[in-house]
Amino acid sequence: MKSTLTRLLSVVALGLASLPALAEEVVVYSARNEQLIKPLFDAYTRETGVQVKFVTDKEGPLMARLKAEGKNTPADVLLTVDAGNLWQASEEGLLRPIKSKTLQTNVPAHLRDPDNEWFGLSVRARTMVYNTGKVKPGELSTYEDLANPKWKGRLCLRTSKKVYNQSLVAMMITEYGEDKTEDMVRGWVANLATSPFPDDTKAMEAVAAGQCDVTLVNTYYFGRLMDKKSDLPLAIFWPNQNLKNKAAGVHVNVSGAGVTRHARNPAGAQKLIEWLSSEKAQNQFADVNLEYPVNPKVSPDQKVAAWGNFKQNLINVKDAGSLQAKAVKLMDRAGYK
Amino acid sequence: MLFALTVAALVLIPVAVTFSSFAEVEGDILAHLTEFVLPDLVGNTVWLMFGVGVGVSVLGVSLAWLTAMCEFPGRRVFDWALLLPLALPAYVTAFVAIGLLDFTGPLQTWLRDTWNLTGLPEIRSRGGVILVMSLALYPYVYLIARNAFATQGAIALEAAQSLGLSRTRGFFRVALPMARPWIAAGMMLALMETLADFGTMAIFNYDTFTTAIYKAWYSLFSLSAAAQLASILILFVLVAVVFEQRSRARMRYGAVGRGAASRRIRLSPLLATLAFAYAGIVLAIAFVIPVTQLALWTRDVVASDLDNRYWGFAWHSVLLSGIGAAMVVTIALLLAYAGRQRPGSGMAWLQRLATLGYAFPGAVLAVGLFIPVAWLDNQIIEAGHAWFGFEGSEILKGTLVVMLLAYLVRFLAVGFGPVDSGLHRITRNVDEAARNLGTGTAGLLARVHLPMLRASLLTAAALAFVDIMKEMPITLMTRPFGWDTLAVRVFEMTSEGEWERAALPSLAIVIAGIIPVILLTWRGTRAHG
Repeated sequence: MKSTLTRLLSVVALGLASLPALAEEVVVYSARNEQLIKPLFDAYTRETGVQVKFVTDKEGPLMARLKAEGKNTPADVLLTVDAGNLWQASEEGLLRPIKSKTLQTNVPAHLRDPDNEWFGLSVRARTMVYNTGKVKPGELSTYEDLANPKWKGRLCLRTSKKVYNQSLVAMMITEYGEDKTEDMVRGWVANLATSPFPDDTKAMEAVAAGQCDVTLVNTYYFGRLMDKKSDLPLAIFWPNQNLKNKAAGVHVNVSGAGVTRHARNPAGAQKLIEWLSSEKAQNQFADVNLEYPVNPKVSPDQKVAAWGNFKQNLINVKDAGSLQAKAVKLMDRAGYK
Repeated sequence: MLFALTVAALVLIPVAVTFSSFAEVEGDILAHLTEFVLPDLVGNTVWLMFGVGVGVSVLGVSLAWLTAMCEFPGRRVFDWALLLPLALPAYVTAFVAIGLLDFTGPLQTWLRDTWNLTGLPEIRSRGGVILVMSLALYPYVYLIARNAFATQGAIALEAAQSLGLSRTRGFFRVALPMARPWIAAGMMLALMETLADFGTMAIFNYDTFTTAIYKAWYSLFSLSAAAQLASILILFVLVAVVFEQRSRARMRYGAVGRGAASRRIRLSPLLATLAFAYAGIVLAIAFVIPVTQLALWTRDVVASDLDNRYWGFAWHSVLLSGIGAAMVVTIALLLAYAGRQRPGSGMAWLQRLATLGYAFPGAVLAVGLFIPVAWLDNQIIEAGHAWFGFEGSEILKGTLVVMLLAYLVRFLAVGFGPVDSGLHRITRNVDEAARNLGTGTAGLLARVHLPMLRASLLTAAALAFVDIMKEMPITLMTRPFGWDTLAVRVFEMTSEGEWERAALPSLAIVIAGIIPVILLTWRGTRAHG
C-alpha cells in the first residue's frame, strides 16, 4: 500500500521535475549577505563559465535545512560568518574534509579548521572604539581592563546575543578559565553606562554623543559609520598588543566556507572556495565589506589599512566555536543581557 | 469534520515535529535556561502581553468608535488612514522610534544642546516596547471593531438610550459588550503576533520567550532545547485561547440590522477638536513619522541601490501575498463553515489547533515544516532513483507549493478570526428564512452569506496579504532559488544593521501593502453606505 503510494508520487514528481542541469553549476547556501557575495559569484561565472546558484538565510535555519535534506541536499557549499557557526556545522557532520594545497597556503593556520572542513575567507577584527574628546589612547590597554572600576559609567556594549561578543568571551576563557572570565564580564556589566545596544553602530553613536566613552566593535562597522559621518569624534584602539599570554592580540573572527558532506559537485565546490581565497578574489571579498583579507599576500583596502597595523590573537578561531555555549552561559550568569 | 481535521493536521505537523524535540532532552541547557534566563523572560513576556493587550484594545476600540460612530473633521480620512500602520512591519516602527527618541536621537540631542536637559525616560525599556508594539498592532483591533460598530453600534446605542441609558453608559453597557467577540478576535491576533515577534524584541534587546528560543538555537546550538521552549509557548497560547473562548462561549449574538451612517453622533466643537487631535497624533507617530524617516533614508540610497531587480522583488512579493491571501481566506471560510455545520467542542478544538501557527516564532515554524517536507522528498527521490534512475535533489521543497502551505499554516488565524466572527453574526433565522424560500446550500452561500460576509472576507484577505508581504523567516527558508522578495531584501540589509539601505525595500512593502488596505476601506465604505 505504502509502496504503491510512493511509486505513484514519484511518477508524478518525475513528470514535474524538469532536468536542465547541463552546464556545470555550484549551489551555495549562504549566511553571508547577498550584496556581499553576489558580485563575486558573478565574477566567478564570467571567468570560468560555471554558474553559481545561491540562497541566503540565517545560519541556524540553513544548517537545519542541510540536516533535514540529508544526502539529497542540492547544496555544495556552506558559506557563513563566524567560526562558531562553521565549527557547529562541522560538529553536526554537515561538512566534509577537503585536501587543498591552495587553501593551506592561502589561509593562515589559525583561521581554518584543523581538520580541513572549513576555511576562513575574510577576517573580522573586534576592537575598541573611543571618544577622542574624552579618552586618551594611553588610558586604554586590554579588553580585560574595561572591567576596571575606572571605566564605571563609561562603557557601552552591544547585546550579548550577538555572536561577536560571545566569541570574544570564548577567547578569554581559553586564557583565564571560566571563573576569572566571568569576573571580567561582571566588571564590564558594572561599568555599563546604559543597557546594551542592538548593533555596533548604535553603540558607536552613543560613544560619539557622549553617553559613554568606549565600546567594542567590528572594524567594518566603524568604517561604514565614518564613511557616512566623517566628523564624529571616534577613533580605533588596538587592545591586548603587549600581552604575552594566550589572550594577546586583537580578537579576530572569520567569515568562511566549507564543502557540504553530500555535495553533488564537490570538485566544483572546492574550486569555488579556492578561487575565493585567491589573490584575485580576496580583495573584492574583503573590501566590499571593509574587512581584512585572509590571504596574507593580499593587503587590505586603503581605507582599512589607514587604521594601522595590529597583532592578531593567534588562538585557532575554532575554539571560539567550541567554547561558545560556555561563553553564552557565562554571560547569562554575569547578567550581561 | 474531515476537512477541519485535515487543516488542523496540516498545522499540527510542524507542532508535532517541534514537540518531538522532547525525545532528546538536553538537560544542562534547559537547566541553565531555567535558572538564569526563564525567570526574567516569563516576567517580561507577561508584562508585554498585558501591556500590549491593554494598549491595542484602548487604541483600537477608541479609534474605531470615533470613526464608526462619531462625526468630526477629518473623519473620512482617518477612517482608512488609521489602518495604514498595518502595512508597516513592527520592527521598522521600533527602529525609527529608537532612532528618534534614544539618547543619540535628534530630540534628546536638541534638548541637551539647547536646554541642557537630560534624564528623559528611556525609550529602550519595557514601556518603550509596549508602546511601539501597541502602535504597530492596534489596527488589528481597530479594523475588526470598526466593522462591528459600523454595522450594529448605532442601533444598539439608540435602543440603549431609549431605555434611559446615557450615551457613555450605553457605550460601556451595550455597544462594547456586543462588539466583544470582534475586539477579542483582533486582540488575540495582536497578542499572538507579539508572542511570535523576534525583530522588534531584538532591536529593544527585550527578552521574551521567543528571544530565548532563538538564543537556545543560535547561541547554544540546541535546536531541540529551542523546540522545547517553543512547545511551552504553544501550550501557553492554547491556554489563553481556551480561556478567551470559554469566557464568551455563553454569549449569543443576534444581528440588529445594518448601521446607518446618517446616525453618527455629532461631536461638540471641543470634543471634535480633541477627537481630531487624538486620531491625528496616533496616526502621526504610528505611521507618518516612521514612513517619513524611511523616505528620507531611501532618498540617500535610492540612486545607488534601486536597480531593475526591484521589479522582480516587488512582483514576487505581490504575487505570493495575493495567492497566499486567497488560500488563507478560502480555507478560513471553509473552516468556519465546518464549525457552523457541526458545532461542538471537538470542532472548536480543531479550529483552535488549526489557527495556532500564528503564535509560532516564524523560523521555528519554518523548520518544523521543512523537516517533514524534506523527508517526503527523500522518500520520493530514493524511490525514483531505484526505479527510474532519477538524479535530482529536489521534488517538493524548493517549490512554491511548500512556501504557500507554510504561509497558510502561519496565517490561517489572521483569516479565520474575522471570517468566523462575521459568520457568527449571521443568525440561524437568516438561514431558515432563505431555506423556506427554497434556497439550497449553494444558493444560501452564494446569494445570502457571501454578500453578508463581504466585509469580513475583505478584512481577512487584506490582513493576510499584508502579513505575508512582511513575513521573513518562512520566505527565507522555503523560497525556491531566485525567488527573492522585498522582505528578503529587508533581511539582507537589516542583518548587517544597514537601516538606510533597508529603508528602500521597507518603503516598497509599505506602498504595496497600502493598496489592499485602501481597497478594503473603499469597498467597506460602499458596503456600509
